[in-house]
Amino acid sequence: MNFPGELKYSKSHEWVKMIDDTTALVGLTDFAQQELGDLVFINLPEEGDEFDADEVFADVESVKAVSDVLLPAAGTIAEINEELLDEPQQINSDPYGAWLVKVEGITGFAELMDADAYEAYIETVEE
Amino acid sequence: MGSYVPNTEREQMEMLRETGCGSFDELFCGLPQEMVISEGLDIPEGKSELEVIRSMKEMAEKNKKYKSCFRGAGAYRHYIPSIVKSVVEKEVFVTAYTPYQAELSQGILQSIFEYQTMICELTGMDVSNASVYDGAVAAAEAVMMCRDRRHETVFVSASVHPNVLKVIRTYSNAADVKVVVVPETDEHVTDLDMLRKLLEEEDKPACFYMEQPNYYGLLEDPAAMAEIVHNVKAKFIMGCEPISLGVLKTPGEYGADIAVGEGQPLGMPLSFGGPYLGFMAVKADMMRKIPGRIVGETTDDDGNRAFVLTLQAREQHIRREKASSNICSNQALCALTASVYMSAMGPEGIAEAARQCAAKAHYLALKLGDAGLKTESSNEFFNEFVTVLPEGTSCEAILKALDDNGILGGLQLDDSRILWCATEVNTRAEIDNAAEIVKAVISGKEA
Amino acid sequence: MDLIFEKSVPGKKLTILPECDVPEVEFDPAFCRSKKLNLPEVSETEISRHYSRLADRSHGVNDGFYPLGSCTMKYNPKVNEDAAGLDELTDIHPLQPVSSVQGWLEIFDTAEKYLREITGMDAVSFQPAAGAHGEFTGIQLIKAYHTANNDTKRNKIIVPDSAHGTNPASGSMCGYEVVSVPSSEEGGIDLEQLAAAVGDDTAGLMLTNPNTLGIFDRNILKITEIIHNAGGLCYYDGANLNAVMGIVRPGDMGFDVMHMNLHKTFSTPHGGGGPGSGPVACKDFLAGFLPGIRIGKTDAGKYDIEAAPDTIGSVGLFYGNALVVVKALSYLLTLGREGVPEAAKNAVLNANYMKAKLEKVYTVPYDKGCMHEFVISAVDIKKETGITALDIAKSLIDYGIHPPTIYFPLIVHEALMFEPTETETREELDKAVEVLLKIHEEAYSNPDKLHSAPHNAVIGRPDEVTAARKPVVRFDFGAEE
Repeated sequence: MNFPGELKYSKSHEWVKMIDDTTALVGLTDFAQQELGDLVFINLPEEGDEFDADEVFADVESVKAVSDVLLPAAGTIAEINEELLDEPQQINSDPYGAWLVKVEGITGFAELMDADAYEAYIETVEE
Repeated sequence: MGSYVPNTEREQMEMLRETGCGSFDELFCGLPQEMVISEGLDIPEGKSELEVIRSMKEMAEKNKKYKSCFRGAGAYRHYIPSIVKSVVEKEVFVTAYTPYQAELSQGILQSIFEYQTMICELTGMDVSNASVYDGAVAAAEAVMMCRDRRHETVFVSASVHPNVLKVIRTYSNAADVKVVVVPETDEHVTDLDMLRKLLEEEDKPACFYMEQPNYYGLLEDPAAMAEIVHNVKAKFIMGCEPISLGVLKTPGEYGADIAVGEGQPLGMPLSFGGPYLGFMAVKADMMRKIPGRIVGETTDDDGNRAFVLTLQAREQHIRREKASSNICSNQALCALTASVYMSAMGPEGIAEAARQCAAKAHYLALKLGDAGLKTESSNEFFNEFVTVLPEGTSCEAILKALDDNGILGGLQLDDSRILWCATEVNTRAEIDNAAEIVKAVISGKEA
Repeated sequence: MDLIFEKSVPGKKLTILPECDVPEVEFDPAFCRSKKLNLPEVSETEISRHYSRLADRSHGVNDGFYPLGSCTMKYNPKVNEDAAGLDELTDIHPLQPVSSVQGWLEIFDTAEKYLREITGMDAVSFQPAAGAHGEFTGIQLIKAYHTANNDTKRNKIIVPDSAHGTNPASGSMCGYEVVSVPSSEEGGIDLEQLAAAVGDDTAGLMLTNPNTLGIFDRNILKITEIIHNAGGLCYYDGANLNAVMGIVRPGDMGFDVMHMNLHKTFSTPHGGGGPGSGPVACKDFLAGFLPGIRIGKTDAGKYDIEAAPDTIGSVGLFYGNALVVVKALSYLLTLGREGVPEAAKNAVLNANYMKAKLEKVYTVPYDKGCMHEFVISAVDIKKETGITALDIAKSLIDYGIHPPTIYFPLIVHEALMFEPTETETREELDKAVEVLLKIHEEAYSNPDKLHSAPHNAVIGRPDEVTAARKPVVRFDFGAEE
């Protein structure tokens, strides 16, 4: 599994890539996509929706499961990755390229880890 | 006593020993003994098959079977082709469970896929589910699926079937959803000005539900409604009578977002109200919101055509408390009935049935009019219409005179209005005869 | 195989209707469809053969052992079908005068009497069409009760983590927040956790007993007491009533309202997914809220109908799946006082018999005796061989056995849930056990065979991922000309 060093990670397995101080891209980690299996659909929020940190903002579906996705940063949805609506499998094939949403006006974060800490955290989860 | 337990008492004892129990009491020793019914149930002793069928017949014969029927109001006596019954009674279709195991259930899955296709064709919509309990529940599930954070209030025309409105209210009350009833005009069709006004007054309109034809059999103006409803970004839901769609414009053509209806006319007997069939179809953009089972086509590992239950992540067994509906089963055998009916009738047969329903109803209206019962509205109607009573007689007298002659007359709506129905099974002679009886009552010359 | 649409040839038809004997009516073209109606154009022979082939490609209760857990796939007696086929029942309009449907009302009334006695409840509504529909109705009764008492702060429904998915979904359809309580190590409800979860915001509890592990919760009286003491009501999910009918009654366990699945417990067929029937039964103090019709008698001894005084309204167009009620009544008349408990006893015996033979090689995670069903876990097999519950299920198909319920309940990993029912012979159970032991052996000796099962079915394993990603949910006729 791959955890790029430039990203931050949440306990609920989302990654955050800062664009500037108050804007970031958010996606699902390699670990998350492996656990979920082949994704078949994703529900994304609408642009302009506002969320608190750790609030559910999307859900992803595999054939036999559905999982909530939590927003690791409090802010407003600036953009959604519409390609994923047609091709959710991009999350499986390229988890760090397939961002879900761009968040702007960020006012706070969920508890975030760097890549090493996240990798160590995954090991405890897998037990 | 009758029993369907195949193992003999001796076999049961041997099996008990295999489990390590000496007796049934020991097998059930995990139950709190204070609640075990020691005296036995207070119900009659079991019966032989002959006694059972005799009792059932005795009860059944206390019902009155009418030789002709002019009552509809949500349940219709149509002709059911013989092939329908023969297919639907096949033991495997009757006894199978929901087709979870695709490899063992290709026949049932394919029949549902074909049903979904036929419902889409009939309604002009893109996606149909595998059916829900009945037409009223289909309407209630449809209004419930239109709600989200921005769309909360449900609008329903006053001209819909009162039982459907009742079910929509019950589902809405459960979820604390507000229902606004849009009044009807003096002509008993939806008041379009009021629809526009009420929708504009509301902050978060979710959807509007209407029926074509409406409860009184009248044809509404869905095109105008679709425009009004879509202007406030709400969803437009049409309830329709399936046989009429052989000739009438489809919900798809009117721009409806959801089409629902009662499928009973498609080959199901009256059966005192059930089992019937709720059909439900949506435009493609609502595919992942529609409740209930959906069958999809795919391939197996050798590339053969295969059918599966699909889009299951919408459903309660996966989404649990976050599912938009708890619906689990469908009315699969009724959906099969409808498919065989539509296959037997074909496109021309359904259209012909629709034309005959309309023709017979118009002839009945004409004859009742001659007898003194005038049609209430001047609007176009399909196969039902309301008459108003002339002075000096009563609905009860008219219906009783028909009843005495083995005829089930229309449904009395209030002191002076009767809702009549005719279908392709009513002959000209039957209609003439009923009109004669009505005429005799009204003219005071009842025999 | 071809779809019926692919057999269609323009101009083929059956001659069903005579020519119209009254003047035709022309509708204003504005009301008429211009879209082509692509229904099949086929002959009667082709329809008949098409559906015979579809039947061949399906599996009914009598095509082999059908131990689908929590679904009670018992034999569907034929006399029930004959009763439900009587013209004097099928040709009756739901809105006929009450005097002309006395037979129908007697059927409902008689069925209600039997079911009241079996459940220990006081009143029944047959309007709900299925189990989930009954749950939705029952939870509304609980809500109506609290509302009538102006007790509106109660906004939570408690559901154990072993529950069917319909339970939490029904709770939330009624606007309730669903609180999940964990199971204890014995598989029942954890009393401490339950006590911690209840409060003055508890509207009620939904419980299946025996539960989805096939375990009867011995603490049931304490459980219902905890809920009642908190001011909540108790809902019994009757999915597993077959295990205890005639032996213990939900009403005596402290439940206030419940549903039954006539299509499970009372032998009516499942129809490939419906129609079923999910009547709701309740104690007297809730009867005033029931939906649909209540049946009473006039002074002259005739049946009459009315709505309950504080009814929640209606959950169906008319009175529910009436013909299904006929079948269940026919079954109840047949079994009667002795037959009802006899069926439950043998359902439990058959499950225990099978379990005793299987637990010698398979892991049974909750092994302290079961009722009518039991759950095996394939976790160990998966660890050792890579063979999953799904592989075992698919392998059973090759032996003509319908797979058990799999991956449920959610609290057991790699679950396989067996419910043999009372209508199976010992020989059939022995045969199934033999097959399962053989599959267990093959998991170790020939896992590839199991991975690629089934081998003898009409299709191999379908591609469900593509089906869900790019859904094809109707036949495409191509562009209209």
